[in-house]
Amino acid sequence: MRYHPHTPDDVRAMLDVVGVKSVPELFRSIPAALQLARPLDVPPALDEIALFAELQRLAARNQVAHPPFVGAGCYPHHVPPVVDQLLLRGEFFTAYTPYQPEISQGTLTALFEWQTFVCLLTGMDVSNGSLYDGASATAEAALMATRVTGRKKIVVSAALHPEYRKVLDTYLRSTHDEVVTVPFGADGRTDLEALAAAVKDAAAVLIGWPNFLGVVDALPEAAALAKAAGALTIAVTAEAVALGLLQAPGALGADVAVGSFQSFGNPMAFGGPAPGFFAIREPYLRQMPGRVCGATVDKHGRRGFVLTLSTREQHIRREKATSNVCTNAGLCALAATIHLTLLGKKGLADLARLNHARLLQLREALGRQGVRPAFGGPVFNEQAFDVGDAEAVVTRLARKGIAAGAPLARWYPDHPQARRALLCVATELHSPELIDLFAKAVKP
Amino acid sequence: MEKGAAPGAAGVDAPGAGGAVRGIAYEEPLVFEHGSRGRCGVSLPEVGPVPAGDEIPASLRREAVDGLPELSELETVRHFTRLSAWNHGIDTGFYPLGSCTMKYNPKSSEALARLPGFANLHPLAAPELSQGVLELMHGLERALTEIAGMDATTLTPAAGAQGELCGLMVIRAWHQAHGNPRKKVLIPDTAHGTNPASAALNGYTCVQLASGPDGRLHPETVAEAMDEDVAAIMITNPNTLGIFESHIAEIAAIVHAKGGLVYGDGANMNALLGTARPGDMGFDVIQYNLHKTFATPHGGGGPGSGPVAVKAALAPFLPLPVVVKEGEDYRLVTDPKERPQTIGKLREFWGNVGMFVRAWAIIREYGPEGLTATSQLAVLNANYVRAALQGTYNLPYETDSLHEVVFDDKAQKATGVTTMDVAKRLIDHGFHPPTIYFPLVVHGALMIEPTETESKEELDGFVSAMKAIAEEAVRDPEAVKASPQKPVRARLDETRAARKPVLRWVPGMKVE
Repeated sequence: MRYHPHTPDDVRAMLDVVGVKSVPELFRSIPAALQLARPLDVPPALDEIALFAELQRLAARNQVAHPPFVGAGCYPHHVPPVVDQLLLRGEFFTAYTPYQPEISQGTLTALFEWQTFVCLLTGMDVSNGSLYDGASATAEAALMATRVTGRKKIVVSAALHPEYRKVLDTYLRSTHDEVVTVPFGADGRTDLEALAAAVKDAAAVLIGWPNFLGVVDALPEAAALAKAAGALTIAVTAEAVALGLLQAPGALGADVAVGSFQSFGNPMAFGGPAPGFFAIREPYLRQMPGRVCGATVDKHGRRGFVLTLSTREQHIRREKATSNVCTNAGLCALAATIHLTLLGKKGLADLARLNHARLLQLREALGRQGVRPAFGGPVFNEQAFDVGDAEAVVTRLARKGIAAGAPLARWYPDHPQARRALLCVATELHSPELIDLFAKAVKP
Repeated sequence: MEKGAAPGAAGVDAPGAGGAVRGIAYEEPLVFEHGSRGRCGVSLPEVGPVPAGDEIPASLRREAVDGLPELSELETVRHFTRLSAWNHGIDTGFYPLGSCTMKYNPKSSEALARLPGFANLHPLAAPELSQGVLELMHGLERALTEIAGMDATTLTPAAGAQGELCGLMVIRAWHQAHGNPRKKVLIPDTAHGTNPASAALNGYTCVQLASGPDGRLHPETVAEAMDEDVAAIMITNPNTLGIFESHIAEIAAIVHAKGGLVYGDGANMNALLGTARPGDMGFDVIQYNLHKTFATPHGGGGPGSGPVAVKAALAPFLPLPVVVKEGEDYRLVTDPKERPQTIGKLREFWGNVGMFVRAWAIIREYGPEGLTATSQLAVLNANYVRAALQGTYNLPYETDSLHEVVFDDKAQKATGVTTMDVAKRLIDHGFHPPTIYFPLVVHGALMIEPTETESKEELDGFVSAMKAIAEEAVRDPEAVKASPQKPVRARLDETRAARKPVLRWVPGMKVE
């Protein structure tokens, strides 16, 4: 076994030092009745060549010849090889949480850069060092809002990502906080009248930016209503490339910005891992969940970085901590940090404009086939189209090896527009030629 | 200079026991302090003609994000390469961080997780496009179920702490289905901080149980605290002292008799692989940490993956999705109508699938014998270090150790040298320090977990360094206290970081 360096001589010499006769004797503290008397029933060992053959067989049963036309919270984007080559530096990917800052300045410096990127893109004052994903970041934000306001009601737009809403429900069930969902209108934007009626005594209003339907939602209006009612506004972004074209949520009245930076540097990987982000206005700092990195100096006065404000955290505060989170999504956050560095100011603006243009091209191509958008509101790189039987389209295109889109009826079975709609994405990976082929396949 | 001698005595460039000397390290500004206006590190297609219909109002748009860096590709590569050189990882050297199981992360697993069929697959791709990954997830679920001695497994929790949350939600839902969610969770004083935090997040009150003088939890302590308000007991086995809770079956019986459930924190599963199974000891629920036990990379703080295995009675409550095999086809169950008692969803989509691929790769490469050998060698390595250091450092618990061992700084007390100083001096020798000041029941704890992938020679080097530091503490305590000398930074002012938080770069930022 290549990962076990012990020769028989090593084992013998080590047992002698320990003062026992055999390896099983090392386990004498486990009562015999509790020891497993047979080998584990798992498949037999494979050598490296057989291992690759087996996993290549499995990988080949997944069809990925074409970039998917589905986003819905996980986005197909180009990841420059630079990102992966740097991530694979063992000093990064085989380190752990930087508990010993003197020998973790690489991780810590990159974490400080990640926090800065998140703040710049969201218009917030403070970011943590990442959370598991966009959905749990959303749930953590709602929990933080209940602590900050002392209220127990969370108002959620029905156009917020349904997966995020499900996770929110799961997290809030044990704390008995109440979730009130407000509908969206024919334009795919949150119904502001319903929101105004629901917001009284709320801890927070949660709204997508852009929302799950791909629509650039009424964030400034929702934030104004929330503010008047003393509730926090939590803007949720699953497609972070949009932040290169859309105004920062912090500039539009949001108090908290959460979501996923998967779109930067992280492959789809069947939905995970991906870096959740969590950013706030400064006054909520002591209630923020998760690790955070701060600048300081060493004893010679040189700038350096450490994990800080740990008195909020589980390893110090235990049951009184702001969250139970420990390990987060460090390497995914590093991937995003590297990709954002490559993109920089110009690259991000170009990428966002390109994504938006591709969506407009997709809409035009589908329009030529007589397929119209399901909702009237403005969109970024994702749009729901009225295709009728969306599941049938997905099944038909799957036969051609194409992931066609997300049928909204899965989440909104009773909504008159949504139940006929297919949510599609277009990014830099979808060339104009591919878009034309796709449009013709959707409506042959 | 002899191997194992104190590096500071003959100057900072002398090698430590781990062979550490200084190399060339570069000062490196932040990316935001770099580059030049107009520079860019990506190659993108031209936008081309844009159809009409762009209706995003100007008030909701911005032209660009001010403050973003402007670097070329090489500047970016050099920046992060230089940062990486400031880190210690498993690939650099020994990393005996107790309870974190810092074992080697196979390069094969990285290559396999990057196969396009896994990396470029969308989570909503139709089942006919994703049979391979579903087959893999199904196989991993079954293997984890078998290794834990349980009946069903969910892969979805994103990390160990979310696995704890998941397990407690399942327990709560099971109690609820029996009419009363109950109020309390019992947690021994040796537990990880995530245990009480997860219980509190689940609306439970925590009751701390004292471990005995042998470092074990005793049945009478549990019996005294156990009543019909207790939903569960959370036990890490072996516990964070590296000691097997040998009364576990009796404790489980006490808890079960009053209608409670037994939760296992699987942080230390590396000690048990193929040797003993939590399900056979009376545990009802256990979470894994794939980044510990199954060698997925720790990544500087994640991503983790925290699958949860349960007994049959709890299976209906597991979160969605679950993978089912129907005939020759695999399918994800995502609709709560098929699983009406599910606690719901814990994260978007299905879990940290990239970590599943890596964990499955190592389980397949090891097979049953390799998994058993893993726990055996992990336990051998810990006991070897224990035997070699006993007498030099104080061992607060003489009870048998499994995969890790906890010493303290009592023997160094007269010198003024503390656990923190020992840890920092180890850095000069080229080793990552052990986990320090944890578990909380040991004052000045040094918690050492060598893992099975370290060789005898590597352990010998570590032991030499630990002994050299103990000698140096007597001879020249100030040298120990002045460490570390070799890294790019000396001890950092953590108090200042907390008192005057600087948590992001701003133009003109100065930290002095």
